[in-house]
Amino acid sequence: MINTSGTKTTRGVALRLERVRRVFDNKFVVIEGMDLRIDAGEFLAVLGPSGCGKSTLLRMIARLAAPDDGRIIAEPEQFQTAFVFQDAHLLPWRTVLNNAALPLELMGIGREDRNAKARTALAQVGLAEAEDRYPAQLSGGMRMRVSLARALVTDPRLLLMDEPFAALDEITRFNLEVQLRELWQRRGMTVIFVTHSISEAAFLANRAVVLARRKGRIKLDRRLDLPPERTNDLRSDPRLGYEMKLLMGAMEEE
Amino acid sequence: MRKFLPPLIPFVVITLALEWMVRSGLVPSYLVPAPSAVLRALLDNREELAAAMTKTSAAALIGFALSTLAGVAIAVLLSSSRAIQRALYPYAVFFQTVPIIAIAPLLVIWFGYGMKTVVASAFIVSIFPVIANTLTGLLSTDPALRDLFRLYGASPAITLVKLRFPAALPQILTGLRVASGLAVIGAIVGEFIGGEGLGSVVDIARTQQRVDKVFAAVLLASALGLALFGLINLISALTLRRWHASEQLQ
Repeated sequence: MINTSGTKTTRGVALRLERVRRVFDNKFVVIEGMDLRIDAGEFLAVLGPSGCGKSTLLRMIARLAAPDDGRIIAEPEQFQTAFVFQDAHLLPWRTVLNNAALPLELMGIGREDRNAKARTALAQVGLAEAEDRYPAQLSGGMRMRVSLARALVTDPRLLLMDEPFAALDEITRFNLEVQLRELWQRRGMTVIFVTHSISEAAFLANRAVVLARRKGRIKLDRRLDLPPERTNDLRSDPRLGYEMKLLMGAMEEE
Repeated sequence: MRKFLPPLIPFVVITLALEWMVRSGLVPSYLVPAPSAVLRALLDNREELAAAMTKTSAAALIGFALSTLAGVAIAVLLSSSRAIQRALYPYAVFFQTVPIIAIAPLLVIWFGYGMKTVVASAFIVSIFPVIANTLTGLLSTDPALRDLFRLYGASPAITLVKLRFPAALPQILTGLRVASGLAVIGAIVGEFIGGEGLGSVVDIARTQQRVDKVFAAVLLASALGLALFGLINLISALTLRRWHASEQLQ
């Protein structure tokens, strides 16, 4: 089945945020009254200036922090979430294979099963040959791919990414963006991708929201009018330029 | 050889210079003995010194092992909550500030003359660096990795074993390096007051004006400290060499 997002199957999580509020230290309001619906299998980019609450939003959706008010409803209620951070955050004392298998190990999956799944995830990100290496022996791009494999190994229905490619050089970032988009199309999970980069958001996502500097107010919520297949050729496409211009306009109003 | 040559050169130079200074009368031999006299004292008293060395080594090793076990356990307890840390850490600092030479007589009263007192002294002197460094390591776990473990439902015990402890290992080993030297110092101090070993050899030789024997015993005590330090370095190299910068640079 091919849905409107261009994915083959939809097995992602649908989310509904209702009047979500988050306050730090009982005084600093990071997010105030946020309403947002995210469809199952959607690839949503969240843009906004530093300190606007993007990462806080992601942590609340991951259930690592609770809203001070309002609620986040997920359909289905029980699902597997994966989180990719700004840096790879690998365990340096573990090999690539053991890093990729870590989530399954923590979930109590036996060694044979978890290693088999970790090898599949590593192959999907092009790191099948590196399973015995340690993170210190990898480049920044390879480390981030291990981090991606670690996120994918549990076959998550919701993938949360907090500026995952921000620290990488442009060519590595371009390649990983294409790879991520392909993985999303193949798996049909819901992806929420926080980024500072307008071009990255436009290239990757089907929908982008721009948050205001204060209280996480949504300034722009736009379905991007771009083809589902995203290759590096799209980067010089005027349609991408148009979408970037719209997003930039919303960002510049700050 | 390249590794051992740099520290060997100053050793040879200083030894030869000292030998010359003592033999030429520049330094009186009743203050500083000639290296050859120290070597002779080592050989002449080898049985007594070997027995003393064995006792000091055993006491320092037991004290060091106890401070490692107790220090890591206390640090784990302190790191479990801010409230426990605030309540108990000041008492842990007691081990850092206690003047061991002042309480050593008390140890004799509590544990009697012999090994127990010496072990207690080594333990008290060496435990604080283990607590402080382990605690720093345990509290410095990457918050993103803590989130990751929470996301996949890891219990606090699993998080401790699979994340916090291995992440703290470089700091723990730093604490053990400091503690290894202090354990030997603690054992020697304990032996001054209430035990047998290199400390009591030094004390007795001092009263007999046998400066050469004092130096021989001090030399063996230093060798013991170096051996313990080397052991921790070996463990550090074996456990950290694949992933930690401190071992990859060496």
